[in-house]
Amino acid sequence: MAKVKTRNEIRFILNGEDIALGMVAPDETLLDWLRLDRALRGTKEGCAEGDCGACTVLVGRLSAGRLVYESVNACIRFLGSLDGTHVVTVEHLRGDGEKLHPVQQAMVDFHGSQCGFCTPGFVMSLYALWMRSPEPSDAAIEKALQGNLCRCTGYEAIVRAARAISSYGKAAKDPLAAERKAVTAKLAAMKDGSRIEIGAGKQRLVVPADADDLAAVFDNEPGATLVAGSTDVGLWVTKHMRAISPAIFIGNLDGLCAISEDKGVISIGAGVTYSEAFSMLAKRIPALGPLFDRIGGDQVRNMGTIGGNIANGSPIGDTPPPLIALGARLILRRGDKRRTIPLEDFFIAYGKQDRRPGEFVEAVHVPVPARGTKFAVYKITKRRDEDITAALGAFFLTLARDGRVADIRIAYGGMAATPKRAFGVEKALLGKPWTEETVQVAMGEYANDFTPLTDMRASAEYRALAARNLLLRFFVETSGTKVPIQVSRHEAA
Amino acid sequence: MNKHTTANLKAQKISGGVATDQRHDSAHKHVSGTAVYIDDMPEPSGTLHGCLGLSTATHATITSMDLSAVRAAPGVVDVLTAKDVPGENDISPTGRHDEPVLADGKVQFFGQPIFCVIAETREQARRATRLAKVEYKELPFITDIGALDRKKDKLVTPPLILKRGDAAAAIKAAPRRLKGQMRIGGQEHFYLEGHIAMAIPGEDQDVTIYSSTQHPSEIQHMVSHALGVPSHAVTVEIRRMGGGFGGKETQGNQFAALAAIAAKKHHRAVKIRPDRDDDMIATGKRHDFLVDYEVGFDDEGNILGVDFMFAARCGFSADLSGPVTDRALFHCDNTYFWPAVHAQSAPLYTNTVSNTAFRGFGGPQGMVAAERVIDEVAFAVGKDPLEIRKKNFYGTSDRNITPYHQTVEDNIIHRIVAELEASSDYARRRRTIDAFNANSRFIKRGLALTPVKFGISFTATHYNQAGALVHVYTDGSVHLNHGGTEMGQGLYVKVAQVVAEEFQIDIDQVKITATTTGKVPNTSATAASSGSDLNGMAAQNAARQIRDRLTNFAAEKYQVPRDQVLFLPNRVRIGNQEIAFADLVRQAYMARIQLSAAGFYKTPKIHWDRDKGEGRPFYYFAYGAACSEVSVDALTGEYVVERTDILHETGRSLNRAIDLGQVEGGFIQGMGWLTTEELWWDDKGRLRTHAPSTYKIPLASDRPKIFNVTLADWPEASEPTVHRSKAVGEPPLPLGMSVLHALSDAVASVADHRICPRLDPPATPEHVLMAIERLKREAKGSA
Repeated sequence: MAKVKTRNEIRFILNGEDIALGMVAPDETLLDWLRLDRALRGTKEGCAEGDCGACTVLVGRLSAGRLVYESVNACIRFLGSLDGTHVVTVEHLRGDGEKLHPVQQAMVDFHGSQCGFCTPGFVMSLYALWMRSPEPSDAAIEKALQGNLCRCTGYEAIVRAARAISSYGKAAKDPLAAERKAVTAKLAAMKDGSRIEIGAGKQRLVVPADADDLAAVFDNEPGATLVAGSTDVGLWVTKHMRAISPAIFIGNLDGLCAISEDKGVISIGAGVTYSEAFSMLAKRIPALGPLFDRIGGDQVRNMGTIGGNIANGSPIGDTPPPLIALGARLILRRGDKRRTIPLEDFFIAYGKQDRRPGEFVEAVHVPVPARGTKFAVYKITKRRDEDITAALGAFFLTLARDGRVADIRIAYGGMAATPKRAFGVEKALLGKPWTEETVQVAMGEYANDFTPLTDMRASAEYRALAARNLLLRFFVETSGTKVPIQVSRHEAA
Repeated sequence: MNKHTTANLKAQKISGGVATDQRHDSAHKHVSGTAVYIDDMPEPSGTLHGCLGLSTATHATITSMDLSAVRAAPGVVDVLTAKDVPGENDISPTGRHDEPVLADGKVQFFGQPIFCVIAETREQARRATRLAKVEYKELPFITDIGALDRKKDKLVTPPLILKRGDAAAAIKAAPRRLKGQMRIGGQEHFYLEGHIAMAIPGEDQDVTIYSSTQHPSEIQHMVSHALGVPSHAVTVEIRRMGGGFGGKETQGNQFAALAAIAAKKHHRAVKIRPDRDDDMIATGKRHDFLVDYEVGFDDEGNILGVDFMFAARCGFSADLSGPVTDRALFHCDNTYFWPAVHAQSAPLYTNTVSNTAFRGFGGPQGMVAAERVIDEVAFAVGKDPLEIRKKNFYGTSDRNITPYHQTVEDNIIHRIVAELEASSDYARRRRTIDAFNANSRFIKRGLALTPVKFGISFTATHYNQAGALVHVYTDGSVHLNHGGTEMGQGLYVKVAQVVAEEFQIDIDQVKITATTTGKVPNTSATAASSGSDLNGMAAQNAARQIRDRLTNFAAEKYQVPRDQVLFLPNRVRIGNQEIAFADLVRQAYMARIQLSAAGFYKTPKIHWDRDKGEGRPFYYFAYGAACSEVSVDALTGEYVVERTDILHETGRSLNRAIDLGQVEGGFIQGMGWLTTEELWWDDKGRLRTHAPSTYKIPLASDRPKIFNVTLADWPEASEPTVHRSKAVGEPPLPLGMSVLHALSDAVASVADHRICPRLDPPATPEHVLMAIERLKREAKGSA
């Protein structure tokens, strides 16, 4: 492997200013840096766990050469992960002359703020939405605001403002749009192919040059903390004050961020965010679209990765059950050696995965369901959006010509210590005619497959009951029902 | 003449007077991130930071507390424990001496503050806090009130009994009767800005505290007690909070007291801003209740007698549990006349954080219980609950005495409900939904229309007073200060509108200034929806004093009768000539007229004898109603709110835009309380829902899909309130009951509306599904 150049500082743009930092602690958050070091106090801390959105800022980055601005939660975004980006805070928004920005003026005129504390975060989320979609539908507005909590307004006034933004100005004339070329050139120039190494000992961080470099670095330091989107590791720091040094930041690495399809298999690089994966997955595996819409809010989807969702081994991660049901395979890499395992074999026990020292998740390979098969995934939560799964069921069914079940794979999250197949239920269905009678019999097998827990999200009884009922829902939905049998926020969104 | 003023001297109307949609005074700062909250203020150099060390036992004596590692941690300057409190180690707001600043030897709930680390940075303080080694001798604990004896077990404050007539006899004599129990969940405030206090030491005994509080005077008193100094040494200031909702009425005391103690001890500024988890664990919430009810009624659904026992989980100390449980009783009638009634409270001691004020202050819990009784009767007699509601409404000339013997004099609920029933098309949709449900196996729809009547005034009569301070400067600009605090509700702008109206000057001539105990003393909490009523009147009084002086001065100087001095927009007509307001002010100054006034107001007519349970605790009532429709997935209990129609009244509104925001926001907050917001303690007594990842307040996508909110344009306050407007803070919150009852209606459809679903809030998808299953079982059993 060719030796890579190293550099000892991170470079990015903050609003209109070029920044180069040689002293960055691996666990320093963007929010603390903005508020404490830069005295930019328009960005607020509401929860420090990426849930309330009061700290929303935009991060512009080059994605396949194209500059994209995405909303992120500054509270769980590590400063060290910002190399080659353009950070935009509420202080950067401006309209013509001394006027407020269109997003801001709409919020004022429609009485979109009361206490005002969440407001800068809402403004930034709406700004991101307006730039990519100047005339958004109500569904798009609500989706863009899933990651922003407001306790005062009841949101109605904010949504009224959101609908009206374009009557205050043209997104194409926005300063960020006007400066696109210059910023793109600047960010491209920052990407100099270097590995970034900062600090030593308990204050060390590395940003590898690319995926191969990551393999080399991690092989050398297998005890390091891999940080992709930091939507989980961020909380290790802000909530549990765990040490993460040495930290290796792997978001946005060349060679790790590709999503592609080849011969009916979609390959998702470990650094691919939910947002990046959305368009291909929603098109090729439509049932995943609505699921992805209910993972976190935009801020989390713009940061969080599918690779991270798998690698952290959580029993309530939302992507493993559907990917297991689809028969996905996981590519693990150490140095130049790779191995491929069925995704379900990765999860051994609570907190224990089949990942060897120095090995990292490089990609997941997801077969596109064959024509005629049926696939669905259902997530159950206390609150519909931006909530963590109480129970999640994924179903992948192949029927024989005679209407019998030729193949069925059912996997659940939230029902055991790991994402888990419902083998007993599958067995009760296999080879049987796909009828409600068969399904009712198979529903009796859930008690053998799962012994769920009671916690703050749901009781064991509810998990068991709702999980079982999801099979009935799947049956009805795959049996030619004309009327929707799920409640929905937006018909045919 | 001041060149900066560009007052329009020909205007027909001032800008920003009363009854205009003046925007929030800080809106432009909110959206640009320039509105300064306490954590945004520049810190004095050398500012230290505090972090609270919380108990990890639920009920225990502390056998040892080894803080050596904490003290040795990087950046740590001091660790405060109970013995470091120089004055009284007590922040009980009602003087019951049951709430220490820092627990001394004994802890009474999981998360009770036992020490406070003071360090150079907040991060260092937080890290050091975790190094404490505390050992406990565990004691038996109670976190749930289900098993407690409401009459014998420990109470945190004396109970209240309301009675009118002989309820027991009326129930016994009634043709039909039933009894039941309901659990009503609590609620976390989830103000977006958590608690924070910054104390800056002054000379002598002085200290200035910036505190995110709804009650600066109480912070002042608590800090002075804790420091052992007179109140005059303590100044408390707050420009704005990032939300309060009652959670900052008493709960800021701890942080302010500790910051002040450390600041005086170390002669450095000290800031304490707890992490969200600590904030949610260590500060109180809305009281949850267990309500036992018994009702006697006839076959038509006329209610003849009601008996309630309201048992509340109060936590380890009284805090505001007395007035909160009182207010639950005051609202156990909602809009209904109970011919004979007995209602009793049981404010029970538990080993949980001390519950506190939350928008509605117990009132919504009382109303939820009243609506359950209505539902029970409706199902028992087989009629639509709306019919039973209307049948039992208070009358306007008779059937209008409350359980606390106040006559309801301003009842407008009949018209409110009639108008809403028509505008929401209730009857037709009821039929449509029944037809839909008959043909839908998995999705069930539900519809409900629920009324609201909310009593306005602090029930502790002496709190119903307010002060204001108004200065007019020689350029005609006005400095406004009053005892009310701004938490987002728009109080500051409303009071500024009142002052602008009095002087007939544009609102941008009125400078709204931070609430501080140094300008207006002995204030009441900004609570009980009273902010505009009290402070608006006090400010109006101050402005009137100055205006009267100006009038007298002008009449004398220009030799015209007083009634020929008229305040027109930005100008004054004196006899036949008009001069700019600013010019008159300058002339008055030259003539040595006092241009500053302290205003005062106390609510008339109200009185309350708690021992007798009689009086007129409320100056007036505010009314509204909501109609909601939901769809429920009978397989999972998941639901969406399809449509909500609201008709609410705020009298002759000072600012309809602000009031609309209060109604919309109050409804959503009430809906959240009754649906997805669930507080969950584990079997060790630990609250496990202490962050937004586990505690779910509504999102934009939880709003009703169709949301029609109307402020009634015809009511006006029956009493001479400020410009005949009515309070709006709390009354809209219980409108959220319509969603609970719509869910209940959907659940009832699985058993043909023959069984009362008894759906207890919060109606999470889990509780909805379990209710559906229960009803299916019961229907099968009775078939």
